[in-house]
Amino acid sequence: MAENRIEKKIELKAPVSRVWRALTDYREFGEWFRVKLDGPFVPGKTSTGHITWPGYEHLKWEAVVQDMEPEQYFSYTWHPYAVDPNVDYSTETPTLVEFRLEKTATGTLLMVTESGFEDVPSERRLEAFRKNEGGWEQQMKNIDTYVAEKP
Amino acid sequence: MLRKSHKRKVATRQTRAPVFAAFGDETRLALVSRLADGRPHSISELTTGTRLTRQAVTKHLRVLENVGVVRCARAGRERLFEFDPKPVEDLKEYLELVSEQWDQALARLKAFVED
Repeated sequence: MAENRIEKKIELKAPVSRVWRALTDYREFGEWFRVKLDGPFVPGKTSTGHITWPGYEHLKWEAVVQDMEPEQYFSYTWHPYAVDPNVDYSTETPTLVEFRLEKTATGTLLMVTESGFEDVPSERRLEAFRKNEGGWEQQMKNIDTYVAEKP
Repeated sequence: MLRKSHKRKVATRQTRAPVFAAFGDETRLALVSRLADGRPHSISELTTGTRLTRQAVTKHLRVLENVGVVRCARAGRERLFEFDPKPVEDLKEYLELVSEQWDQALARLKAFVED
C-alpha cells in the first residue's frame, strides 16, 4: 500500500437497495459502523453522534455529509478515528469518504475510497518515499510481530 | 488489539500534519530524495547540481529538521544532514491502521446486509 488513499472493494450478496439503506439510514449505518447517530444524514449538514464500540463510548462522531445520489453514491468528510479527546482535529484537513454502489449478478459491488490524507500530490511524495520502501516493509513486520506477541 | 491500534494512531496523528506540510514543497522533496540514500550529506554536497544557494538549502533543511525528517550531526567543523525515516513510517503506519479499520467495518456491513 504505497498510496495516500485507501480503496476497498467488497462483493455483497444483497440487492443495491438493501446496501443503500444500510449505508444511508442513520440507524442502520450506526449498527455496523458502531456509532449512535443523533439524526438522519442530510447533504451539506453535519452528522453528530458518538461511538458505540465498547471502551470508546466517550468519543464523538462528527462528519459532514457531501452527496447522496440514491443507490449510487454517498460521501462525507470527517476526521478518521479522531480518538484523542484532547486533540483539536478541526485544524486538520478532513478526509473524504466515498461509497459507490454497482449492481452485479449476485448482488452489489461496493467500492469505498478514503482520500485527502495530505495536500501534497501523491506522485511527488511517492518519489521521495520510494527509496525507503525497504524500511517500511521492515517496520510493518515489526508491528506484526509486536501485535502477534501481545494480542 | 484494537486498543493498541488506537493508541498508536493518537501518537501518529499529532505529528502527521506538520510532516505533510514539510513535504509540500518541490525543493524539499528533491532534498529528501537525495538524503534518502541513507548516508549523511554536507550542505555543499546537497547544493551541488542545484540552482539553489547554500542559504536556501540550509533554510529548507531546517524545515525538514523541525519535523524530524532530517537529522543534523557535526563532523568536525562541518554539519552533516541525514534522513530519518521514522516520520514517514508513521504516516504509512497510520494509513495501514485506517485501512484495517475499514476492513473490519466492511466485514460487519457484509454480515449486516447478508443476514
